[in-house]
Amino acid sequence: MAVAKPTGPLFWCALSWIGIIVVAAIVAGVLPIPSPTDMDIFARRKGPTLAHLLGTDSLGRDVLARLIYGARISLSVGLLAPVIGLGIGGALGLLAGYFRGRFEIFVTGGVDVVLAFPPLILAMAVTAFLGQSIVNLTLVLGFLGIPAFTRVARAATLTFSAREFVTAARALGAGHARIILKELLPNVALPLGAFFLLGVAVTIVVEGALSFLGLGVPPPAPSWGVMIGEGRESLEMAPALAFLPAMVLFLTVLSFNLVGDTLRALTDPRQGAL
Amino acid sequence: MTALLDIKDLVVEFPVGGRIVQAVTRVSLAVQRGETLGLVGESGCGKSTLGRAVLQLYQPKSGQVVFDGQDLTTLSPPLMRKMRQRLQMIFQDPIASLNPRRRVGDIVAEPLIIAGVTDADERLRRVRAVLTEVGLDPDITMARLPHEFSGGQCQRISIARALILEPELIVCDEPVSALDVSIRAQIVNLLEDMKDRYGLTLLFIAHDLAVVKAVSDRVAVMYLGRICEIAPTEALFRTPAHPYTRLLLDAIPMPDPDIRPVEGVAVGEPPSPIAPPSGCRFRTRCPRAADRCAAEMPELMALPGGQMVACHFPLI
Amino acid sequence: MSLLEVENIVVDLPTPRGMLRAVDGVNLTLDAGRTLGVVGESGSGKTMLSRAILQLLPRRAKLSGAIRFDGQDMTRIAPETLRKLRAKSVAVVFQDPMTSLNPVLTIGSQLTETMREHLGVPQSEAILRGVALLAEVGIPSPEQRMGNYPHQLSGGMRQRVAIAIALSCAPKLLIADEPTTALDVTVQAQILDLLAREQRSRHMAMMLITHDLGVVAGRTDEVAVMYAGRVVERAPTRELFHHMRMPYTAALMAALPKLDAPPHTRLPAIGGRPPDPINPPPGCSFAPRCFYADAACDKAKPPLSAPDRMAHQFACIRPLPVKVAA
Repeated sequence: MAVAKPTGPLFWCALSWIGIIVVAAIVAGVLPIPSPTDMDIFARRKGPTLAHLLGTDSLGRDVLARLIYGARISLSVGLLAPVIGLGIGGALGLLAGYFRGRFEIFVTGGVDVVLAFPPLILAMAVTAFLGQSIVNLTLVLGFLGIPAFTRVARAATLTFSAREFVTAARALGAGHARIILKELLPNVALPLGAFFLLGVAVTIVVEGALSFLGLGVPPPAPSWGVMIGEGRESLEMAPALAFLPAMVLFLTVLSFNLVGDTLRALTDPRQGAL
Repeated sequence: MTALLDIKDLVVEFPVGGRIVQAVTRVSLAVQRGETLGLVGESGCGKSTLGRAVLQLYQPKSGQVVFDGQDLTTLSPPLMRKMRQRLQMIFQDPIASLNPRRRVGDIVAEPLIIAGVTDADERLRRVRAVLTEVGLDPDITMARLPHEFSGGQCQRISIARALILEPELIVCDEPVSALDVSIRAQIVNLLEDMKDRYGLTLLFIAHDLAVVKAVSDRVAVMYLGRICEIAPTEALFRTPAHPYTRLLLDAIPMPDPDIRPVEGVAVGEPPSPIAPPSGCRFRTRCPRAADRCAAEMPELMALPGGQMVACHFPLI
Repeated sequence: MSLLEVENIVVDLPTPRGMLRAVDGVNLTLDAGRTLGVVGESGSGKTMLSRAILQLLPRRAKLSGAIRFDGQDMTRIAPETLRKLRAKSVAVVFQDPMTSLNPVLTIGSQLTETMREHLGVPQSEAILRGVALLAEVGIPSPEQRMGNYPHQLSGGMRQRVAIAIALSCAPKLLIADEPTTALDVTVQAQILDLLAREQRSRHMAMMLITHDLGVVAGRTDEVAVMYAGRVVERAPTRELFHHMRMPYTAALMAALPKLDAPPHTRLPAIGGRPPDPINPPPGCSFAPRCFYADAACDKAKPPLSAPDRMAHQFACIRPLPVKVAA
C-alpha cells in the first residue's frame, strides 16, 4: 500500500485542506460572505464577480457561501455519524472480541443482519416515517456504520487478546474492566481511530449521494450533495455549479482517506524499528 | 520439607474443532519451597498448559493445584485474586508480554495497583527499586514504551513486573527461548540471582535441556500431556531412566566437533494429541516398546536411586 | 576456482532512521561438495548474506561487491539467466516450511512444477521422480503424500518436503537458512541428518546458516562466525572450536549452558548488546562488549586476516593466544 509518509508533502497538503474546510465551516457566520440562501433572481448562474467570488447558482445564490455552509452540514454529518458507529460498534466489538462465547455470536449475528439490510431502503423508510432532517440522516448513517466499526474493533481485540500481555494481566489478577480499559482499549483505539477517518470520508460521500437523491439534507440547506444535485439541472449551461461542489467533496474525501491511511500505517508502534 | 506447590492428578482439556483434546492428562507434581523444578518437553507436550493451569489461567477439568496448603481450583474469585500476588509468571515472548501502548513505569507498577497499593509515592519508590534490581536504570526506562527496548531488556522488565510484589512462586514459561545466546546467559544469571535475593521457588518450563540443566534442582520430562520422568537434575542427565529422556539428550546438537552426531537416534514425530496412542504414549517412537506398552499405561514409580519414571521397561 | 566466491559484499537497507548496513564487506569461498556453517546471532547479517547470494534481497536494498557462482557474477547477469541459475544450481531451504510452501497447492504439484519448468521433464516422469524424492527425504507412503496439502503434514514433514523441492533440480549449492530453528530437538536431529546425508551422496556444496554453535560443530567442514554484519572468524570447524582466536567466538561459546556442568553453574554472559547497525562504532564492533579490548580496538575495524595459520582467519588485533596442545 502506497502511503504518504507522515512528513511527506502529500500528508501535510491533505491535513491542511481538512484544516481549511473545518475552520471555514466553523467561522462561516463571521466570514464576509453573503447568506447561502439569499436569492438574486436577476443574477442567476453568473460567473465570478467581486460580489460573488465563485459566481451564483441557478437561483442566484452565492456559490462560495453555499460551499462553506455546505461544509458545515457535510462535515457535521460526516463526523457525527461515524461517532455513533465508533461508540456503539467499537464497544460491541471490543466486548465481543474479549468475552467471546454467546455474546460474540449474538453480536456478529446482529452485525450480519444490519449488513444485509439495504441501506437505501432504510434511508427511504426513515425519511418517509420520521421526516427528512439532518438529525435523522445522521442517525441513519451512524446506524449503518455500526457493523464496520464492530468488525474492526472485534478483529483488533481478538489479535491483542491473544498476546501475552493480556494473559500477564490476567495472571496478575486484573479484573475484566481493567483489562479492557487499560490493556485492550489503548491498543484497539488506534486502528479504530484510523478507521474512523476513513468512515468520515465514506459518510461524506454517502451523505452527498443521499442528498443528491433527495433523501438527505432537506432544501434549502446547502450540503455538497444537494449542490451537486441542483447543479446537475444546469450542467450544460453552467458545469461549474455541479463541478465545484464535486471537486470540494472529492478533495475532502481524498484528504480524509490519505490521513486515515497514513495514521493506520503508523498504528504499529514497531513500524520503522526494523 | 513441605511442598509449596502440589499438583495432584491434574487434567486440562480443550475443545478443538468439536473434539476434546486432553492437553494435560493426570499429572501429579510437587515443587518444594526454594527449589527450581525444570519442566521440559517438545512443543505440544502440554508443559505450557500445565504452567498456566497452575496459575488458574485455564480451568482444569479435574485434579487439584495445592499452593501452600490451599487448593487454588476451589478458591473463590476474590480469594484467588488475593492469592495471585504470591504467584507470578514470566512469558516466552518478551515483547508480546508487555503492552505496547503503556509506559514501562506503568507496566511494572500494574501489579501494585491491582494489589491495592494506593500510595503513588510508595509505588514509584518500589518500581524504581525493582527496576534497579533487574539491571535497568529507572530514570531512562520508566517513561519509555516497550518497543524502544531490545528483547533482553524487555525480559528484564517482565521479570521486574513479576518480582515487584515479592511473590513466592514464579512460573517461567520458556523465559529465554526467544533470546540470542549472548543475551540468554544474562537473563539466566539474572533469574538465578533473583531467586537467591527473593527466596523464590521456580517452575521453569523450557524445551532446551541445557538451559534447564543450568537452573534446575530437579527436572520433570513431559510427553503428550503425561510426565515420563522426574529426577534430580544430575541423575536425570547422567542416567536417564525413560527412553524418551534418553532420546531428548541424544538429539541435542553438541557444540563440540569431536562428538560426531550419531545419525538415526531420533525417529518420527510426536503423534497428534487429539488421538494419543493407547497405553504408553511414547511407544510409537520407542525402541524398547513391547505388547505391554500398548495395553497398559505406565504410572510414575520410584526407582531405587530416587528417580521417578513412567515406563514398563526403564533404562536403569 | 571455487563453486561460490563472495567478494566484499556490502548490503545497505534504508530505514526511517537512516541507512542500515546489514552486511559489511564479507568475503567467502565455498568449494563443491563442502559444507560451510555460518553462525551468528540475530542482526548479525547472516540471513541478509544468504539473501544476497540468492539475489533475493528486498527491492530497496543496495548491494555492492561480487558474487561468483561457477565463475558467473550473479550480480551482473540478466534476470532470465539468473532465474534459471537460481532454480537449477542454487537451492534454498528456509526456516519456516509453513510459509515457504504454498498452502493452496498440493505437495505433488509444488514438487513437479519446478522439475517440469526447469528440467523440461514430462509430467508423468516428474511424478515418478517426485515420489522417489519424497521417499528419499524420509516421507512414509510418498505416493499418497503427493496429493496432500502442506497443512496436512507435521512441521518436520513439511521441512522434508521443502528439502525435496530444493533437491528436485539437483542443485550444486544448497543454502539452508536456519532449517531447524522452528522444529523440536528430536525433529531437528532428523532434519540435520537428512541434510548431511543428501549433501554427501549428491556431492553438493551446502551453506548451513544457524544461530546455534551446536548445529555446525558436528556437521560442517568450515565455520564462519558473523557479528554486526562482518565475518569475524573463519576456520575449518575443528580448528575453530579448538583454537578460538576471536574473543567474540569464545565468549559466545562460553555463554552456552553446558550439559556437563553441574546445575546452578554461573554462565559467563556477554555484557551489553550488539551495536546499533545504523550508527556503528568506528572501531571493532565487538570492542564495547569485549573483555580484552583496549583503546586501539576503538580506532579502526580490524580486517579479517590469517596471521598465524593458513585458513584460520580472524578480525581482531587482540586475539586470544594460540593454545598449545597438551
